[in-house]
This record gives sequence, structure tokens and C-alpha cells, in this order.
Amino acid sequence: MIHLVQLAQPLDQIFVIAKRWLLSYLPAALQPLCSAVLSVAAILIAFATLFALTTLLERKGLGRMQNRYGPNRVGPWGILQPIADGVKSLTKEDIVPITADHVVHFLAPVLLVTASFMGYAVLPIGRNMVLVDLNAGVLFFFAVGSMMELAVFMAGWSSRSKYSLLGAMRAIAQMISYEVPLVLASIVVIMQAGSLSTVAIVNMQAAYTGIWPHWFVFTPWGFAGFVLFMVAATAESNRSPFDLPEGESEIIAGYYTEYSGFKFALFFLGEYIGMFATSGMAITLFLGGWSAPFAFLTWVPSYVWFFAKLLAIISVFIWIRGTLPRLRMDQLMNLAWEFMLPMTLLNLLTSGVWHFMPGGSLRWFVCSTMVVVPCILLSRGLKHKKKFQVRTYHYSE
Amino acid sequence: MTLSFIVLAVLTVAGMAAAMGLRNAIHCVLALTLGFAGVAALYLQLGAQFVGLAQIMVYVGAVAILAVFAIMMTHSPESAKSPVFSSHWVMGGVVGMAVFAVLARTIRSNPLCAAGMPPQPEASVQQIGDALMHRYVLPLEIMGLLLTAALIGAVVIAMDRKEEMK
Repeated sequence: MIHLVQLAQPLDQIFVIAKRWLLSYLPAALQPLCSAVLSVAAILIAFATLFALTTLLERKGLGRMQNRYGPNRVGPWGILQPIADGVKSLTKEDIVPITADHVVHFLAPVLLVTASFMGYAVLPIGRNMVLVDLNAGVLFFFAVGSMMELAVFMAGWSSRSKYSLLGAMRAIAQMISYEVPLVLASIVVIMQAGSLSTVAIVNMQAAYTGIWPHWFVFTPWGFAGFVLFMVAATAESNRSPFDLPEGESEIIAGYYTEYSGFKFALFFLGEYIGMFATSGMAITLFLGGWSAPFAFLTWVPSYVWFFAKLLAIISVFIWIRGTLPRLRMDQLMNLAWEFMLPMTLLNLLTSGVWHFMPGGSLRWFVCSTMVVVPCILLSRGLKHKKKFQVRTYHYSE
Repeated sequence: MTLSFIVLAVLTVAGMAAAMGLRNAIHCVLALTLGFAGVAALYLQLGAQFVGLAQIMVYVGAVAILAVFAIMMTHSPESAKSPVFSSHWVMGGVVGMAVFAVLARTIRSNPLCAAGMPPQPEASVQQIGDALMHRYVLPLEIMGLLLTAALIGAVVIAMDRKEEMK
């Protein structure tokens, strides 16, 4: 056991040490540039691989939930399927509609992928493993996230297709509505940590009482914030049950209907990369980032924990996609403005009360009540507002 | 003048110029967004992280989308056939140059400019928050009240239109 603990320290820092070793061979003038290039390349490779893995996992998982096998022809258990998909999308013809706005049509997927990858700059993937420790890291993350809306609009508008434009309209309405609860849900963590730096937020959670970690999710406001953040994140990344912008049965594929070949693959990539980034932000804010879930497991390298948590969240995403039906547009908007927004505002208040009350079971009781009671009342109130009856459709009679 | 400043300045000026010169209104908005992003990058280069990131969030994330929607709701999708530059472009250019000359002269004659570049101030997000919550709390509250009133007003206008349609 002692040997194991001694080995853990270098294993945890193996990538940091390797980078320092590589850089020591370069002249000092080139070192900052090469350091950045190395880190960016590592992030690109790691998350693109995770994307390939996730597409396979998703198809397999969804297949199992729908009593199918899923892909099982390419390689053992179909594990080489992502490579086949990649080759296919690279070799397919790139079709651009003749009426399309060619420049904007070309720029949209580029901007989308760039914006979705930029968020990783501030995510601490492991101990000492962050590209830039910005003073305003969380703000940076949401700022580059807001650039994705523009890319979606560019894709939908430049295609000159009604499905594309409808999909873009839906996507932008949804992303703007759910950005509000997303940001408000993360503000509770910023209030408690007193910092916008992602590194500082994770360091604050990497402490233990007994064997239990100090993750923010294990507090009433943190738990409510985490759930609200994840619901908003699902909507932000256009995943089921919030996949109206790309509902295949309604508007084909939404804003990227008119994209084919590798540009289509880029949209696919951008969407998944964005989902990983928001999940990574949820891990950083609420689930302790790279810190181990129990004090006796701290010898496991920190980056392993980050990716384990990310895979767990991805599995939940796949599970939800296989379980829930798609919402209607009015349901989507009602959920955002009538439930999510009041809950996030109340959660801000709860976080303030938690900060100013002395620690103890009374604080726990008061704050839990402040979260649970409004949640029940709000959802009951919304349910009573709806009149449940047999629905008749205007055109079906 | 560093290389990054030159690149960003060229990007910003080119974006703003394209925003005025392009024929398609949506292209103009996209070019304008490029200009906004360039300005935000200039703020970031000066070490003003909060201002730069807020600029991206507000202008690139919200104002550009709003402008694009406003154009789509009011404008026909076909690009304008009429010439982009109006016939009074000579007069416009003269007025623009005059304004620029006055501004540049005022800035150059300012004693602050002669004193040279001050050392970069440390304006962390924490300091901005402290200032907003202590010294400038009243303006902040008034702004909040104003924005809330505007929000409620927008909702009321939207609701009235729905009633009329029924």
C-alpha cells in the first residue's frame, strides 16, 4: 500500500511531467508557444476520441433499450464502428444547395466546432491540468458558449431551406431560454466559492471530512443547482427530450438538414463536444472536478476521476434519450420560464441563507425546506393549471 | 504596438467596414459581429477580462442574434438591388473625416496621452464586484429596476397583441 501511494504522485502528474520534459529540449523562446500547442493538441485528441467512443456507446445503449443489438459488424462487438463512420463521412460528396449562401454555409460548421472546443480552455481535467487558469474562467465558458447560437443561425439561414430555418429558429429560442437557468444555476457555486476561477472552485471541493468529500452537490442548494444545471445543459445541447430543433420526424435534422459529408460530421462533432464541455462544467462546479469521491481513493490519478464522472454523465444522457419522449414547443418554454427560472432564483436565495446561517442541522433543515417545498408547490401549481382532457387535433377530425 | 494588436485591429476595422459595405443585411450583421468580437479581443488583450467576456456574451451572444431576427422579421430575404453607397457619399466621407479629426485632436492634446502608457491596472472580477456592491450599489439597483420595468413592459406589449389577434 505504501508503494502504491508513492507511485500515485508521479502517475497523477505523468502528463504534466511529460510535457515539461518535452519542452526542456526546446529553446526558451519557443517554450510558451509549444506548451500551448501541446496542451491544445492533447485536448483535441482526448475529446475527439471520447466523441468516437460516445457515438458507439450511444448506438449500443439505445439499441439495447429498444431490444436491438446495435452496431456489431465492424470489429469485435462493433468497436471499430466510429472509424467506419469517419471514413464514410470523409469520402461522401459534399453537397451545397445551389441557392445557399456559400461563404456562410461553409463558415457555420467551422464556427460551431471552434466555439464548442474553446470551452475546454478553462476546464481543469486533472490536478495542474488546465490550459489557462483565467481569473474569470466561468464567465469565459459561458461567453464562448453563447457563440454557438450564432453558428446555428448561420447554418439555418444560409441553407435557404424551410426546415433549416425552422430548426435554427427553434434552436435559438431554446438555447436563449435555457441559457438563463444554466447561468443562474451556476451562480450559486460562484457565490459560495467567491471566485470565478474554475481551478479555485475545484480546489475548494477537493477536501474531505472523514471519508466524505466537500463536493457542492452534497448541500441542498448544490443538489438543486446541479439538477437544474443538468436539465438546462440537456436543453442547451439539443438532446432528447429537448431535441425539437433536430426532431427528425418533424423537420428532418433541423438547422443542418442541408449539410452532407464531412460538414455534417462536424455538426455532429460540435454538438457532442458542446455536450461534453457543459457536462465538464457541471463536474467542475458541482461534482468536485478531478477530486476523488472518497478520501481513501485519492491515490487514483485525478484525470481518471474527471473522465469517469464525464462517462457517468454521458451514460445518464443516453439513458434519458432512450426513455423520454420529445417535448412540445409550449411545454419546453413553460418549463424554462415557469419552473426553471423561479427555482434557480429561489436557489440563489437558499445559497445566501446557507452562507449566513451557522453550520449545523438547523441550517440543513431550513435550506432543504427552502428548496423542496417550492419545488413541490411549483410543480403542483403547474399541473393544476393544465386541464387534462381528451385532446382533439384540429386536422384529425 | 504588438503583432496581436495589429491583427486584432485589422480584424475589427475590416469587420466594421464590411458591416457598412456589404449588400445583404444579414451579411452586414455577421460582419458587425466580427467587429464586436475583435473589440472584445482587444479588451482581453488589455487585461480587462470581465469587460471583454461580457462584450462577447452581450454583443456576440445576444445583440447579434436580436439584430438578425429583427432583419428577418422585417426585411425580405432577397438582397437589395439598389446601390449600397448613397449618392451623398462624398459629403458623408467629409463629415466622417472631420469628426475623426476633432476626436483625434482632443485625444492627442489630452495631458493623459502625453504622460505615456500607465502601468496596467489590476482590475480583477473581484474588484469589479466589490465596487458594484459597495460604492456603486445605488446605480446598480436603479439599472436593475429599469431593466425589470423594460422586461415587464415587453411582456405586456406581447400579451396585448395576443388579445387583439383573438
